[in-house]
Amino acid sequence: MKKQEKLDKTIVVPGDLLSEDATKAAEGTYVENGKVYSLTYGLADEREKVRVIPLSGKYLPAIGDVVIGMVSDVSFSNWKVDINSPYEALMHISEYPRRIESSEMAKIMGVGDLAIFKVVDVDPSMKIELAPREGQLRVLRSGRVVEVSYTKVPRVIGRAGSMISLLKSKLDVNIFVGKNGRIWINGKAEDEDLAIKVIKRIEREAHTSGLTDRITKLLEEEKHGVHEKR
Amino acid sequence: MEFMKNGKRIDDRLPNELRPIKFEVGALERADGSCYVEHGGNKIMAAVYGPRAVHPRHLQQANRAIIRYRYNMASFSVEERRRPGPDRRSVEISKVSRQAIDPVIIKEFYPRSTIDIFVEILQADAGTRSAGINAASVALADAGVPMRGLISSCAVGKVDDTVVLDLVKEEDNYGQADMPVAMDVRTGEVTLLQMDGHLTLDEFEQALELSKIGCASIADMQREALIRKYRGKEDE
Repeated sequence: MKKQEKLDKTIVVPGDLLSEDATKAAEGTYVENGKVYSLTYGLADEREKVRVIPLSGKYLPAIGDVVIGMVSDVSFSNWKVDINSPYEALMHISEYPRRIESSEMAKIMGVGDLAIFKVVDVDPSMKIELAPREGQLRVLRSGRVVEVSYTKVPRVIGRAGSMISLLKSKLDVNIFVGKNGRIWINGKAEDEDLAIKVIKRIEREAHTSGLTDRITKLLEEEKHGVHEKR
Repeated sequence: MEFMKNGKRIDDRLPNELRPIKFEVGALERADGSCYVEHGGNKIMAAVYGPRAVHPRHLQQANRAIIRYRYNMASFSVEERRRPGPDRRSVEISKVSRQAIDPVIIKEFYPRSTIDIFVEILQADAGTRSAGINAASVALADAGVPMRGLISSCAVGKVDDTVVLDLVKEEDNYGQADMPVAMDVRTGEVTLLQMDGHLTLDEFEQALELSKIGCASIADMQREALIRKYRGKEDE
């Protein structure tokens, strides 16, 4: 019984009946004979609409998403970018803020380089086009990148960015969370270590409530430990 | 061989009773979805990878994902060592199992990709294709693949002129009939039905009804196993 109380939403599996009212169907559901059923394994969120938040799955890019990508190939006029999705994304040379020659491409961003991109186009056959975010290409030359499931990204960010603000305030690190589940952390090595530890904990416990409180406690304890050792 | 004694079967089960079944969701760390199942004497591991890029490329479909299913028996899964690698039987089982699961998957969400399902039979004791389908279905859900429902499967058959549920090896080898059935229990849509042996029309209908009851119990176990994966972690 106690376990039940700790869950803020119910776990559903594909085919579970969610509602008798077809107008309430939202993401992660489908309608059959006027009834709403779950399409994925996830948490059912029932308010005005019924939606299912997946617990796992692969990231599918949407226009406007800001992601962290890794260059996998540089061709004549495009950078091929791995964005932690089943599909490869492309950034065309003309998207670069200033006019450059093909030969300069690898110098600006070579194979293995990580950068922050914005998804500018996704067509029905999943051809994905990227551009630098806010007109300026940000290549990540320091810090570290960790990967979490994209389904946990909202929990890592927290309501109105609360979790990220918490991490930034307690640790002296810069954090950037990509929609595709890649998280860039930049700071002192021990702060980075702790940030990664905390993020992994958030990923594991993303489906539980009262998470922010537990993370606050964890951060306090860990910080304290670090200071005592010094 | 005598199969029925005082209404009980050789392993002391009733004609309409399933063997003990245990599902473990997410048994493999590095697969996108996985499920280990013990179904009586069967021990099976199912792994799902994808949606991911298709190799070789010519297999890819522009408007939907493709599904690939590999059923494989380990060389040590049966009493007498089995030659490793696919044979005629496992190629057929791979095909019918794929077709059993395919109808519930929403393939249009992932064009130009593949969803790969691997089912490894580690220990076999009749009904491996059914148990494999059950495990694969749970592994797909675990991988977050969008589906209209879970597919459940069980075998029915005939021994000593009695229609029985979920045959064991002796009943399968020396019985009168064996019939694996897979279905989406909610809609009642049958996605796999094969038969080996002889049943009268009445017996066939009786067997199909019995398989629906068996599949319904298995569907409950599959659902319960998936829910437990996240409930269990609460305690840590």
